[in-house]
Amino acid sequence: MEMPAMDSEFDQPVLSMHGIQKHFAGVHALRGVDFKIYAAEVVALIGENGAGKSTLMKMLGGIYQPDAGEICFNGRTVSIPNVRHSIELGIGFIHQELNVMDNLDIAGNMYLGREPVYGGALRLIDKKKMINMARPYLERLGFTLSPATPMKELSIAQQQIVEIAKALSLNACILIMDEPTSSLTQSETQMLFKTMQVLRSTGVSIVYISHRLGEIEVCADRVVGLRDGANSGQLSREEITHDNMVRLMVGRQIKNNYCIPQRKTEDKALKVDRIKTSAWPKHELSFEASRGEILGITGLVGSGRTELACTLFGVDPSENGCIYLDGRKIHIQSVSDAVNHGIYLVPEDRRNTGLVVDMSVMENLTLPRMDFHCRAGMIDRESEVSFAQNQCRESGIKTAAVHTLAKNLSGGNQQKVVLSKWLSLNPQVMILDEPTRGIDIGSKTEIYKTLRKLSDMGVIVLMISSDMEEVLGVCDRIMVMYEGRITGILERKDCTEERLMNLAVGKISECRN
Amino acid sequence: MKKTIGLFIIFILLCIFLTIMNPRFLSVTNLQNLARVVGMFGIFSIGVGLVIITGGIDLSVGSLFAFLGIVLYFLLVPWHIPWPLAVIVVLAAALLIGLFHGFLVSKLKIQPFIATLCGMLIYRGLAQFMASDATKGFGYSEGFERLNQLSTGTQLGVPMPFILLIVIGFAAWILLHQSVYGRYLLAVGRNEQGVRYSGINTNRIILFAYVISGFLSGISAILLAFYSNAIAPSSHGSFYELYAIAAAVLGGCSLRGGEGSIVGIIVGAALLQVLQNLVNLLGIPSSLNYAVMGGVILTSVVIDQVVKRNK
Repeated sequence: MEMPAMDSEFDQPVLSMHGIQKHFAGVHALRGVDFKIYAAEVVALIGENGAGKSTLMKMLGGIYQPDAGEICFNGRTVSIPNVRHSIELGIGFIHQELNVMDNLDIAGNMYLGREPVYGGALRLIDKKKMINMARPYLERLGFTLSPATPMKELSIAQQQIVEIAKALSLNACILIMDEPTSSLTQSETQMLFKTMQVLRSTGVSIVYISHRLGEIEVCADRVVGLRDGANSGQLSREEITHDNMVRLMVGRQIKNNYCIPQRKTEDKALKVDRIKTSAWPKHELSFEASRGEILGITGLVGSGRTELACTLFGVDPSENGCIYLDGRKIHIQSVSDAVNHGIYLVPEDRRNTGLVVDMSVMENLTLPRMDFHCRAGMIDRESEVSFAQNQCRESGIKTAAVHTLAKNLSGGNQQKVVLSKWLSLNPQVMILDEPTRGIDIGSKTEIYKTLRKLSDMGVIVLMISSDMEEVLGVCDRIMVMYEGRITGILERKDCTEERLMNLAVGKISECRN
Repeated sequence: MKKTIGLFIIFILLCIFLTIMNPRFLSVTNLQNLARVVGMFGIFSIGVGLVIITGGIDLSVGSLFAFLGIVLYFLLVPWHIPWPLAVIVVLAAALLIGLFHGFLVSKLKIQPFIATLCGMLIYRGLAQFMASDATKGFGYSEGFERLNQLSTGTQLGVPMPFILLIVIGFAAWILLHQSVYGRYLLAVGRNEQGVRYSGINTNRIILFAYVISGFLSGISAILLAFYSNAIAPSSHGSFYELYAIAAAVLGGCSLRGGEGSIVGIIVGAALLQVLQNLVNLLGIPSSLNYAVMGGVILTSVVIDQVVKRNK
C-alpha cells in the first residue's frame, strides 16, 4: 500500500502518535505504532482481534500509558495520565458498552459530576438550567427528544447520540468510537452516519473502530490498518475497498502447528441440526463433525461462537432443533445432560466458569465426578489425592502440590487443570472456547498437542478461536461465524487467512459446503 | 481452621475471666442453664450457617419459632393430638417451609434476603393471627409430659438440648466436611457458575441447604417452646435469626459464601450465650445486653479484617 503524502507544512494533524510501544505481562502488544488524525476527518482503524486497536485508543482515552513513544496534540507533546486529562484535551471516547445511568434523564447523564447548582450550602441541582444547557448540543445532532426524557426510554442508538452530545458539551474535538454499530439496526446505523457527517462538517475528527468493512467503505475518509501491534499500512479515500482492507488486516506468515490427523473419518458422528442460541434466536445453526477431526470455529468477537458452545453444553439450552451423537438423538437441557453424554466444555472465562479458583487443584479436578471418589456419600480422600496426582503428571500441570489453590497457578497451568478434569471422563465431544487466550507459548503448544491426541483417540474436538493463525495451524476444517450465522465451513486446504476474514466480516462468498 | 482455634481461645479466656469475676459461673445450675441455651441456639445456628455458606441468608428462623410454637400449642393443648404425631407435624411443616424458601431462591432466583425477609413477616403475622395475639401456655404439659421432659430435662446431668446439639453437630460436621454434598456446598458458595459448568445441579444443592435450615429450626422451635413454656406470638424468638447469623460470622462464615466450619458455628453460638451470661453475672444492666453483644461481634470482625489485610 502506498503511503499517501497527507502531511504538508500547512496541514498539521490535530493529533499524532509516534512510535507507540506497550507491553502487557510479557506480551508486546504495540511495537512502535504511528497514528495521526487531521481536523474534520473520519479515520477508520482496522485490524484483527488483538491487533492493538483498542490498546492504542485507550492511550488517547487516558486508560493506558505508552511504554515508549510520544503523543502530540495540536503540535504540542502531551501525556495523558488519566481519563480526566483526556477529556480536558478534548478527546471524547464512545465505548462499545455505553456507560449510561438509565435511572437518570438525558441531561442528568450529560452533566453527571458537573451538574449546575443553585448557590447556597445545599448545592441543590438546578434542573431547569441543566436541561437548557443540554438542549443545544442535542439539537446540533438533530436530536428531537426533550433532555428531560429518562435515559431508559431511549434505544441504544439514541443513548449513543446522548453520549456524543455529552462529549461535545465537554468541547471534544476528537471522538473515538469503538464498534459503535455493533448493537444498532440498519436504519440506526444510517442515522449514526448522518450524525458523523454533521460532526465532521463542524470540524470534529472521528476515529472509527469497526469490523464491518462495508460501513467503513461508506463513512471513512482514510483507513489505518494494524496487524500484530504494528502499522500495516493505510488507505486513502479512493483506495478504500473491501479487498484492500482485508489485505491490510491479514497477510502474515502462518506458523505451522499443524499435525496430520492419524485417523480422520467421515462418520459425521456429531450432527447439529437447526439449533438456535438465545442471543440470536433468528438464526438456525446446522453443522456436522467427525471423529478424529478438529473443527475450528472462528469469527470476530460477538459473532455467536460462545453462545453456540453454551447451547451445546446445556448452559443455555436450545428449544429448537436436534443434536445427534453417533446417529442417536440426544437431549441436552442442562449441563448435567451434556456431561452424561460426554460433551465437555473448556470455557472462555477460566476464572469464573472453568474453575472454582478458591479451591485446590485437586478439588477442581475431581469436582465433575465426585461419585468416583466416595463411599456411601463420604469423600474418599486417598482416591482423590492419587487421582489428582496422576492427572497432574499426565497433563503436565506444574503445581507445588495438589492442595495448592487453583488461583495460585499460572494461566497455562489453570487451563491444563480445566482440560484435565474432563480428559479422564471419556470425552466424546470436547468444546474449547479460546483455549489459548492469555497463555504462554509453551503451554499453547502443549494444548495443541493434547487436542490432536484427543482427536486421534476418536474424540470430536471443536475449537473456538479468534486467532486465525491458530485456527489455520491446528484445525482440519474451519467453520466461520458472523452475527449469529454460519457463513462458511472450509476444508483446511481450501483456507487462506483472507478467505476466512472475508467470511468473518459477513461476505458470504463462493465457498459454502 | 485457625479462625476456629482463635475463637475457641477467646471463648476459654472469657470463661476464665468470668470464673475469676464471679465464681458462681461454674456452679452446676449456671452451667446447666448455659448448656441448655447453647444447645437450642447452636442447633438452628448450624442450619443458618449452612445457608450462609451457599452465599445466602435465612432471616425467617425467629418468626418460624413463634409460628411453629403456636402450631405445636394448638396440636397439643386444645386438640389433644398424641405428642409424637404433633412433633412429626411440626417438623414436617418446618421442612416444607425450608423447601419453599429453597425453591424461591434456587429456582425462581429470588434474592435470599428478600425471600426469607418475607417469610419472617409472614410467619410472625400468621402466629399472631392464629393465637389472636394472645400468649399461649403449655401449662403443666398434661398428656405430653414426656415431650416436655425430652426437651427440657437432663441426661446424666447434661441438658437434653445440649446432647441434641452434639449429635446434630456431629452429623452436620460429617455432612459439611466429609461428604460429597459438603464439598459441593462449599464450592457453590465460592463460585456457583464454576460448579454448574462442571455438570452439577447447583439448584438442588442450594435448595437442600434451606431444607436443612428449616428442619433444624423445627427442632429448635420445639425446644424453645418448652423452654419458655409459653408462646407470646409477637415476641417469641424475635431477633433469634440475628443470633444465628452472628454465631455463623463469629465462627468464620463469610456472608459472601464458600467459607465456614461447623465447629466454628457452634463455638460462635456458645460465645454469644456466655456473653449474655456475663451481663447477668457481672450485674451489668440487662438492657445493655444487645449493645454488649453487638460490640463484641463488631470488634471480632474488625480484628479479623485487620489481620487479613496485614497478611
